[in-house]
Parts: sequence; structure tokens; C-alpha cells
Amino acid sequence: MIDVAPFLEAAVRTATPLLIAAIGESVSERAGVINIGLEGCIIAGAYAAFAAAGMPETGPVAGYCAAALAGVAVGSVLAVLSVVLRRDQIIVGTALTMLALGVTGTLFRARGSASALVFDAGSVVRVPVLSEIPVIGRALFAQPAITYLAVACVPAVWWILYRTQVGLALRAVGESPSAARSAGVRPRLVQSLAVLFGSAMGGIAGGALVLAQAGTFAEGMSAGRGFLAIAVVALGRWRPAGVLLASVVFGGAMALQFVVQALGWRVRYELVLMIPYVLTLVALGAFGRGNAPAYLARVDAGD
Amino acid sequence: MTDVAAIAEAFWRGSLGTSSALLSGTLVRAVPLIIVGVAVAIAFRGGVFNIGGEGQLLLGAVAATVVGLHVPAGLGLAGVLLALVAAATAGGIWAAIAAVLRARFGVLEVISTIMLNFVALSLVSWLVRGPMQEPTHVYPQTSALPEPLRLPLLVPGTRLHAGFLIAIATSALAWLVVSRTAAGFRLRATGESPTAASAAGGVNVAKTSAWALVVSGALAGVAGGIEITGVTFALYENLSPGYGFAAIAVAILARLHPLTVLGTGLLFAVFETGALGMQRDAGVPSVVASVLEAAAILIVIGFSGARISLQRRRSLPGAGPSTESARQ
Repeated sequence: MIDVAPFLEAAVRTATPLLIAAIGESVSERAGVINIGLEGCIIAGAYAAFAAAGMPETGPVAGYCAAALAGVAVGSVLAVLSVVLRRDQIIVGTALTMLALGVTGTLFRARGSASALVFDAGSVVRVPVLSEIPVIGRALFAQPAITYLAVACVPAVWWILYRTQVGLALRAVGESPSAARSAGVRPRLVQSLAVLFGSAMGGIAGGALVLAQAGTFAEGMSAGRGFLAIAVVALGRWRPAGVLLASVVFGGAMALQFVVQALGWRVRYELVLMIPYVLTLVALGAFGRGNAPAYLARVDAGD
Repeated sequence: MTDVAAIAEAFWRGSLGTSSALLSGTLVRAVPLIIVGVAVAIAFRGGVFNIGGEGQLLLGAVAATVVGLHVPAGLGLAGVLLALVAAATAGGIWAAIAAVLRARFGVLEVISTIMLNFVALSLVSWLVRGPMQEPTHVYPQTSALPEPLRLPLLVPGTRLHAGFLIAIATSALAWLVVSRTAAGFRLRATGESPTAASAAGGVNVAKTSAWALVVSGALAGVAGGIEITGVTFALYENLSPGYGFAAIAVAILARLHPLTVLGTGLLFAVFETGALGMQRDAGVPSVVASVLEAAAILIVIGFSGARISLQRRRSLPGAGPSTESARQ
């Protein structure tokens, strides 16, 4: 009998950065902008959190702030080039991912011996009593603080999107910018803000990767999470609850590598690493349709 | 200032400064950049964003290695040709997965080709540690191809191989096909305006863009085959230092023109070998080359207006599996 509790715990922990990035991306896409540079936001956030955590007298909060700022720095280029100047979102996003991977790699290598920094990423917030529930207790109630915040974002974003004026304006821009404009909404402003929010979340996701998971930085450690998050948004049908569900499924797929190692199964490690990517392809083929914002990734913002 | 001079000199020595840097370094490096650059340009022209060049190149490398290690060495050049055909087939099939996902299920090719890159990377890692590992089982790589099954050298005593001629021929041929044939017309029409292509030109838009992606993948596969038969002679991880991504910059800087890709491919090869020289002699991390490449894309896109865009295609309902037509 396999003990599933450690696997569930790892799945939720692994899902956290994915969920943060995907929730942010769903807001950006609801406003009609696909951020292919999300991977770049994540790696930039990861490096910023790593650099900030390496300084004395800084706590995790400073690390996450630095991570969010780094994400925004990447996202602001997308906002200027693709929202204001209407350049192709996908080309700009791809270049931003390449740029962020290159810049963080250069900075990291330039640190030399200081790059060996490792810090404790294992601290968890344990909910009394609940965390003692067998099997699911530790997975749900003994996680890093950022995991609880990420889950709290789901109803918060839902409420903003569906129950506020801002959310209505944002969804209107993603469906029909010209109609939104007639109703007094400024599409470019809304899209810019949505992109900046999404990239800040991408940065925080990178921060979580370093501060709550790996405990250090490695070149290219985002390992496609930005692209997985974009897939997660499509699989979650651009709805917060769906995004949460899809994130957990993918977190589970990524956590399989730890389980296989721990159990000593006779499966090649390299093949297990493929699972999340293959799963994405299969899942997108099977369920990745429907409910996309009508103006997603378009250059002509109805003006 | 002396620092800057030293770094500049290291860049020069690494890229163009000596005949060995030029012939064995820069020109050899330009081969995959040019071929995958042409591959990316063709896909873009058809309105398909292939960022899977890296994975397609790796699959081509795998196929060329399998052929090179299994056909009799006596075949010589015919064996090399066979390896390159296998490489093209493998790259084309890898891209076809994304093409089918796009045509049948409306999956954005940006996502699927990236996912296929990661799968290809893991696949190579597994192959060189598992079924294809060299007989002593020490190193994570395959055995080396026998001497007769390698691409001949163009200049004896250097590493410049016949793949350079293949790169030039690819770029010229791609230009001919894109600008002078009916298939090229259908490709450009599909990329420019799918509704017009479909309504006025009777072009099967879905089929054209699917084929653009497959041909693009086949070319990237050939580039992988050339790396195996001309440069590394064995399969191992990190065979490609990101040629598939650099090629996007090569294609965009060339404004998607197959002949111009020759020039931009060479330019980026100079960047990359120069950056390696800077790392070797002046301790500057070589990843700065990818920063330059990404910056080049952003600058070109920033200044070129909306000319280089895939979104006309995506924005038209019924024009293919775009995000919005996928809603039906």
C-alpha cells in the first residue's frame, strides 16, 4: 500500500506557483491579452526573490515584493509594446521570456561563488487540529503561508471579475473593446492594468518557487511553468475555480517525480519528467476549448 | 577602459579575428541558425508561430543518430543523405503533432510546440542514458558515427563541413518556393489574410498552415541531423544551445525573408561565438548572447509597425482553430 499523504502534500506545494501564475494570467487573458512572457515574469521573480533573500535583514515579505516588482518590470514591456503600440502579443511575449531567461542567467553567473546560497524553504503554517486529519490533513493544512494566500486569491479574483464594476469592465474589454469603449471604459488602460497584475502574479509565482519550494535559484528553474500556467488557464476555461482545479491536477503531475524517486519505482526519471508536458498536450486536445475571451490576442483593440 | 578593450578583443578573437574562429567557429555555428531561421520564417509566413524548432531539431538529431549507427558504414555519402532524410522526417512528424492539435482541436501552436520542446529534451536525456547509451555505459551519450558516415569537410584542417552549403541551398530554395511557386503563394496568402485566401483564392487555409508547420519542423529536423553528421557525431544532452529560440530572432530580424536569413544567421553566429570568446577570455557569461537576441526581436518589432504579425490570421473567425473560433 502506497502512502498517498506525502504525494498529496507535494502536489499542493508544487501546484502553488502554478496557481498564482495562472490566476494572474486568467485576469490578463480575460482583458484580451495573452502573456507569453509569463515564463519570463516567473524567472525574473524567482531571481529577484533569490537576490533579495540573500541580503541580510530581509524577510520573505521583502522577497515577494521584489519578485512582484521584477514581474511587473517584464510585464510593463508587454504593456507598452502590445497594449499601447499594438504589436503582436505572441512575438513580444516570446522575446520577453528569452530576455528574462538570458538576463537572470547572466546575473546569476556573474554572482560567482555567491550563487551557492541556499536557505530554508521548508517552513509551514500548521493549522491546529485540521492538519492532523489523516491523508489530506497535511496536504491542506500544513503548507507554506503563500499557499493559503494563493488559494484565497481564487474567490477574491472571482468576486472582482463577476461582482464588481471593474471586473465587468475588464471582461467587456476582452469580449468587445469597441462596446466597452462606447460604455465609457478605456480599453488600453484596463488591458495595461490587467497585464501588470498578471505579471506581478507571475513574479510572485517565481518568488514562491524560490522561497517556498526550491530554497535556491537555478538557471531556467521556471522550467516551462509559465507555459503550463497558460495551458492551465485554458483548461480551467478562464474561470477562477476551473483554474484552481487544473492547477492542482498539474501540481500532482509535477509532484510525481518526487514520488517516483521516493518509491524507487523502476521507471526512468527522465520519462517521469515528461508527464506534465504530455498531459498538457493531451488535456488541451481533449478539453482546451470553449469560453475563451473573444478578443484574446487580437491587435485591433476595436479602435 | 582596458576592461572594455579586453572584452571587445575577446569578442573579436572568438568570432572573426582568426581564420580558425571564423571557419571552425562562426560559420559552423551559422548553419543551424540559418536552417532553423528559414524554418521559422516559413511557418511565420503562413501565420503559424513555430517556437518548437528546438524540439524538432532534437528529434532530427535522434533520427540521424539512429540511422548513422545502424546503416553500413560502406554507404558513405548515401548513408549521410539517408540520415538527413530521417532527420527531416522525424522533425516533420514532431511538428505534425502540433499541426494536428491545432487543426483538429484548436490548440494554440505556441503552447503545444513549447510543450513538445520539453518532451524532446526529456526524451534525449532518457535515450542517452537508456536505450541509446554508448556500450561502456559511462557517459550519457551515444557512440560516435563511423568516419564515412560524416559530412565531408569543406576546408581540410577546419571544422567547416558541407552542411554550410546545405544551409545556403535551403535559404535559396525556400526563397524560390515562397516567392515563385503556387504553394508559396498559398502560404503567403494564408499568412496575410486567411479569409481573402479562402474566399477569393480558393486556398484551403487549414491545410496550408498545417503543412507550413510540418515543413518548418522538417527543416529544423535537418538542422539537427546536420549537427550530428557534421559537428558532434554523437547524440548527447545540450546538443543545441537554444538554436530553436535564437532562430526566432534570426527570422524576425530578417523580416521573414528566406534570403536575408543568410545574413542574420551569420550575424547571430558572430554574436554567439563572440560571446563564447568573451566568456573564455574575459569571464563574461555567454548567456548575454540570448539577451542580445531577445533585445533584437523587441527592437525590430517595436520599430517595424504591425507588419510582422500573426494576428490578422488569428483574428478572423472560421480562419482556423484560433482561440475565438475554437469557441464554437
